[in-house]
Amino acid sequence: MTTLTDPPAESFKLSMLVYDTRYRSYTFQIIALIAVLTLLGWLTNNTVQNLHDLGKEVDFGFLNTPAGYDINQRLIEYDNQDTHLRAAFVGLLNTLLVAVLGCVTATIIGVIVGVLRLSSNWLVARLMTVYVEMFRNVPVLMWIVLAMAILIESLPSPRDFRGDTPEATMKLFDTVAFTNRGVYVPEPLFSRGIGDLSVFGAFGISLDLVAIIVVLIGSFWVAKRIGRKADATQEATGVRPRTWHVQTAVIVLPVVLLLILLGFHLGYPALKGFNFQGGTHMRNSLIALWLALSLYTAAFIAENVRAGILAISKGQTEAAAALGLRSNRIMNLVILPQALRVIIPPLISQYLNLTKNSSLAIAVGYMDITGTLMGITLNQTGRELETVLLGMLVYLVISLIISGVMNVYNERKKLVER
Amino acid sequence: MSDTHAETVLFVRETMLEQQEPPSSIVGPVGWARSNLFNGWKNSLLTVLSLAFVFYLLSGLLPWFFSPTWYSTSLTECREILAGHEGACWGVIRERWLQLLFGFYPSELYWRPILTLILLLLALGPVLYTDYFPPKLLYFSAAFPFLMPWLLWGGSIWMPLMVAAGFGIGYAVFAAMMKVANAGISLFVAAVVAVLWWIFLAAPVANGIASLVPLLPLEPVPSRNFGGFMLSVTIGVTAIGCSLPIGIVLALGRRSDLPLVKVLCVCFIEFIRGVPLITLLFVASVLLNIFLPPGTNFDIILRVMIMVTLFASAYMAEVIRGGLAALPSGQYEAADALGLDYWKAQRLIIMPQALKISIPGIVSTFIGVFKDTTLVSIIGLIDPLGLANAIRADTAWNGVYWELFIFIGAVFFIFCFSMSRYSMYLERKLQTGHH
Repeated sequence: MTTLTDPPAESFKLSMLVYDTRYRSYTFQIIALIAVLTLLGWLTNNTVQNLHDLGKEVDFGFLNTPAGYDINQRLIEYDNQDTHLRAAFVGLLNTLLVAVLGCVTATIIGVIVGVLRLSSNWLVARLMTVYVEMFRNVPVLMWIVLAMAILIESLPSPRDFRGDTPEATMKLFDTVAFTNRGVYVPEPLFSRGIGDLSVFGAFGISLDLVAIIVVLIGSFWVAKRIGRKADATQEATGVRPRTWHVQTAVIVLPVVLLLILLGFHLGYPALKGFNFQGGTHMRNSLIALWLALSLYTAAFIAENVRAGILAISKGQTEAAAALGLRSNRIMNLVILPQALRVIIPPLISQYLNLTKNSSLAIAVGYMDITGTLMGITLNQTGRELETVLLGMLVYLVISLIISGVMNVYNERKKLVER
Repeated sequence: MSDTHAETVLFVRETMLEQQEPPSSIVGPVGWARSNLFNGWKNSLLTVLSLAFVFYLLSGLLPWFFSPTWYSTSLTECREILAGHEGACWGVIRERWLQLLFGFYPSELYWRPILTLILLLLALGPVLYTDYFPPKLLYFSAAFPFLMPWLLWGGSIWMPLMVAAGFGIGYAVFAAMMKVANAGISLFVAAVVAVLWWIFLAAPVANGIASLVPLLPLEPVPSRNFGGFMLSVTIGVTAIGCSLPIGIVLALGRRSDLPLVKVLCVCFIEFIRGVPLITLLFVASVLLNIFLPPGTNFDIILRVMIMVTLFASAYMAEVIRGGLAALPSGQYEAADALGLDYWKAQRLIIMPQALKISIPGIVSTFIGVFKDTTLVSIIGLIDPLGLANAIRADTAWNGVYWELFIFIGAVFFIFCFSMSRYSMYLERKLQTGHH
């Protein structure tokens, strides 16, 4: 005889808030919430009190006042009568510029070094180990400051290029000048350019550049379609039609045509008076930061690449070889797709680190968001709270975007298990 | 069978051939070079190129490195000694190495940071090398965090003693509460009592006793005199020591079943990891005074330590969370099946294994934190890099940079490289699988 009866209904007692597991979690969470809210309230209260005492209410109006300082390295038009907001935007673009340049270079160096560290050549593997250990175990700030010191102290000044027997000459067939004021490289010019596209009247984007990028994307899309079609033919008939010459032509010809139409030519830097004129001037601060961040991050990327390749078991190579694949096919079709799954997540977090480390620009005077908003703007307006919080917010948004990308990638590449 | 076989074959060898030496081309240095340096034309090319590179580097570097300028007193004098040759100017290191190590710490008190370093090594010994040190030394390791500030900053010993007393009081309250309540409540009440003691009572009591019984008063050294590697090590060791426990708590919080606790931990960790350390240091240098009650003005080094610790904790939490996630769920279930409660399961089953898995990550976080202590030079503290800038601004050494950075880089390299080697040793020691 089985009778199912409910357990005797207990009346709620206060002690159950602590001893009964059903209620205990709520008790703890409410205590935690109260503690955090109290802390936040206390901090806010102090802040309001302190700011009131200093006579500075929280106010972001300063962003619309003229900045009054110059920024020598900039991607968009800016002069010292523009607002602090625009100065901060110039700084943000500078941060993104050095971050993108750094990520690209660091990836290239890192992949090469990582692969060479696994080389069967003893000497090369050792050299790469020395490089990796040297850069990983010394602070990045030191590399940045050192790179800056080398550029300033060891390169010739523009005046050394003057005279009939100059002490210094331009490099690479007289097109690039390395000076202690920065590097002057040829700049792309368009004699029949189609002008700038004004974005909200705030800054212009070169339409020539946009046109080139659009054409390139289109060509690559077409080239890929040709490749797909070749794949389909191969699937159906077993014979792969030769397509590489068509693909190359599809990619190269339209761009060349467009460049000719736009009247593309290079503007070379030339010494005029005491300094170089013309060409694109890359400041030493940018180069030092770019170089140091790339070399430093590349050492970490090299380790990630090495770990990724080592993580693929040898059986995979052997199985692929047993299927009759050639060694480059083994790498492309079997090892890399698996290794990339291991490499990409830490790679992206290295990009994140590089972007955050670019804030060290302030040590060499490169005007990124830290140097403009949290540097000169902070000092000129005395708005510590607003500027630092705004700067943190900017970095937080950049970081969240990058980690969002990483999450999407991880989700797509996740191993599908049972 | 064998007989017929013997009859059909004219000659059968009855003894083994003498073993021969392998050909000289595959053993010895030549064989090694052939298989490791010159197997195939690509590798041979790489080897030759690398050799040329190494030769080029060393032929330039070695003469530069061994230059007789140790006793020079300025860059001009170096140039005179070198007479047009390229060479390092090591005089700057001879003249300024004490400053690079100790900053502007009073030179007659150098024994204090040196003693602190020796005691630090002694305190780390039983923690890092459990096999070679008596376990009793762990009591000293526990006391060291209170000795360190007293030795470095000076003042009366009562302040660190009173801070230590907070732990004693907390423990006493915990023991008393255990008789009437469970562990969670007791821990909570004990923590509250200890924090109240530290905030409101520790300083007045310490000052009161110190004015009555001045026990072992050391000459106070203000924070602005701290600098050089002493500053880096002080900030680094504090941040490293504090970030591990805070990181563990944050990692457990992030994996907690309590949604609110989880959200709070995630927000904290992602916020700290999303911003560069330099912005947190700006907070320490310009904003912390605004966040705290009016009139509070505490030491800049302490403020920086707090910020670096928070920064390191967030990264540590992620590393430990990785270790927790890598642990097979069978371990959690086994702990539950044994009837262990949450804290016992964590302490006896989960954490020892999770921490072991995370050793490489933990140590690389430590290395990162130690390297990041150089960032304090940007907010005006005089760490080695800040000092290097100051020395280069001196007219006597204006233009010297390689020598200083080589010295600073070498010291950092020794610290960081030994940390990474230690982590490899620890991994091998704790290795329990069969490999």
